[in-house]
Amino acid sequence: MTELTLERGLAAFRAEIDAPTAAFFSSCVHCGICAQSCPFYLETGDPKYTPILKLEPLRLVWEAEFTLWGKIKGLLGLQQKVTDAMLAEWEELLYDSCSMCGRCSMVCPVGNDLAYMIRKSREGMVQAGHAPEGLINASIRAITTGSPMGLQWKTLAVQIKHVEASTGLEIPVDKQGAEYMVLMSSMEIINFPEYLEAITKIFDHAGVTWTLSTECFEATNAGIQIGNKDIAAQLVERVVAAAETLKVPKVISPECGHAFTAIRWEGPNLIGRPYPFRVFHIVEVLEELRAAGRLQTEGKESDRLSMHDPCNLARKSGVIQQQRNLIDLVAEDFVDLKEHGKFQWCCGAGGGVSSNERAEELKMAAFKRKKAQIEEVAPERMVTMCATCRTQLEEGLETFNMEIPVIGLTEMIAEHLVEKPRAAEDDAEA
Amino acid sequence: MNGSMEFLLWVKGPLFTIAMVIFAIGLLARLLEIFLLGRAPNYAEARAGEWLPGLRTMIARTVADPGTFKRAPFNVVVGWLWHIGFLIALLLFIPHIELFKGVLGLYWPGLPNPIVDLATGVTLVALVATLVHRMTHPVKRRISTTEDYLVWTVVFMVVLTGYLAYHRLVEPYPLALGMHILSAELLLVLLPFTKLTHIFTAFIARWYNGAAFGRKGVQS
Repeated sequence: MTELTLERGLAAFRAEIDAPTAAFFSSCVHCGICAQSCPFYLETGDPKYTPILKLEPLRLVWEAEFTLWGKIKGLLGLQQKVTDAMLAEWEELLYDSCSMCGRCSMVCPVGNDLAYMIRKSREGMVQAGHAPEGLINASIRAITTGSPMGLQWKTLAVQIKHVEASTGLEIPVDKQGAEYMVLMSSMEIINFPEYLEAITKIFDHAGVTWTLSTECFEATNAGIQIGNKDIAAQLVERVVAAAETLKVPKVISPECGHAFTAIRWEGPNLIGRPYPFRVFHIVEVLEELRAAGRLQTEGKESDRLSMHDPCNLARKSGVIQQQRNLIDLVAEDFVDLKEHGKFQWCCGAGGGVSSNERAEELKMAAFKRKKAQIEEVAPERMVTMCATCRTQLEEGLETFNMEIPVIGLTEMIAEHLVEKPRAAEDDAEA
Repeated sequence: MNGSMEFLLWVKGPLFTIAMVIFAIGLLARLLEIFLLGRAPNYAEARAGEWLPGLRTMIARTVADPGTFKRAPFNVVVGWLWHIGFLIALLLFIPHIELFKGVLGLYWPGLPNPIVDLATGVTLVALVATLVHRMTHPVKRRISTTEDYLVWTVVFMVVLTGYLAYHRLVEPYPLALGMHILSAELLLVLLPFTKLTHIFTAFIARWYNGAAFGRKGVQS
């Protein structure tokens, strides 16, 4: 049984090896600089968390089967084999101590994209039966209920009612031909209901047509975090089917980092075809509205604000200037963290670490890097645009007794919208 | 004297040819091993092209970002020192240029010997420093393999024997020069099968990195 499972894992590793992977492994000189970019190494000081070391199983498969020298070594019986015991040991390295933040990929002197290979390694780990319990359960819930947290439409329906009551606005559901289909993340629905209220107000203000879909409201993709293409593809297909049913030209990914990279960059490749619609992160949509003069705001936050760039949004998706333009619109005392944008530091919770209960301690250790960054500029509040980052920042700051509230950018924009004098405007138009 | 002359002629002659053949075939095989794997088609809507960001990263990654420089100054400075010193000695020492002219037909101006000598000295010291760092830094110690120490030894031998031969510190001279050439041949033979391939593949890796990030709108 185990033998077969291991073989399946090795086959998955093998299937993941491509030209970039071979170029990367060919180039590593063991300089160890990747460790200096990894919050899990830097904050624990344990060299086993060196990013390149986390890739050893994939590297061994590459060397043994994809290089001439490796094959010769194999014939001479000198090749180290990937064993089940090795993969069991590496489970912690590939999941608990890596948020796939991609910072190592930005600093490796020979140009190795290590995060790309971690993502690939996880495919092998799942097949070999070495994925963390927490992520397995999240994946099962995502497939069976549509949400990694087991949340169903009826929960969202209740929230829709609340928002409609408090705003007096209608939340469009299953509206065919709207410009945007809006996706949510379960984390947001449970922890940050203010997001739905914020976009309802903003879209009404800017005259944007949008809709939620009862067929699919979940943007997150547990399949990508655990590293299983089949699950990931199935979750992407649900979004595509919903968008096709509603005939929307654009889909909005919520304030969630990995959901965005999943649907924006990996999604089309998982299903093997381009989408019949375009995908945007909510921050991109808001920036487009701002640039077009469709966001009329009043007043500015006067306290000192700083911002956490979600790795998936900034470094891994190129959304960096947009959130700064938006915050300038509503804040007068904004200060960036020293290393931000593409060189920002991970909050420690991404890449499935937050769904992996076992990793709690490491997650908090990695947060210390963010904490130090925040202390350096001493803001009164932090702004971010990812529900997972936000939860981690809140928990982390709480753990270290730092009284710095964290707020979502979308919500902050919504608070500054100029109230529409509805009747008067209608009169003027008439 | 006779024996050392024979040794020199042997390493300069048949052994050099063998080393060059292994180097060329090995390197070609490695490049094919990489490129034949290819990449899966990418259906995600690109923000930008791949070529330009890829080419930029090929060059830009030579310089560490300010944060990394601050966190690993030793790595960066010593790495730079010995790479530059090695390249000066390899490419700008006049007898080496004569060799390139003979093999490739290409030549360029060299540097005065004292400058090359200084660069060689710096390289030797920097190489020793990298070895000490490798054996003492917890990360480097943890990730180092036999291959790392083997490659270090061969690279060090090439520079050291060159230095000894130039300063006539080993007698007879043909033996000293022969040792230098033999070390260089060993390096050539090992190159395609060890991490020394990074001399060529690092630029491929950087291109893939720059292309992947660039496509998403980030200059890596």
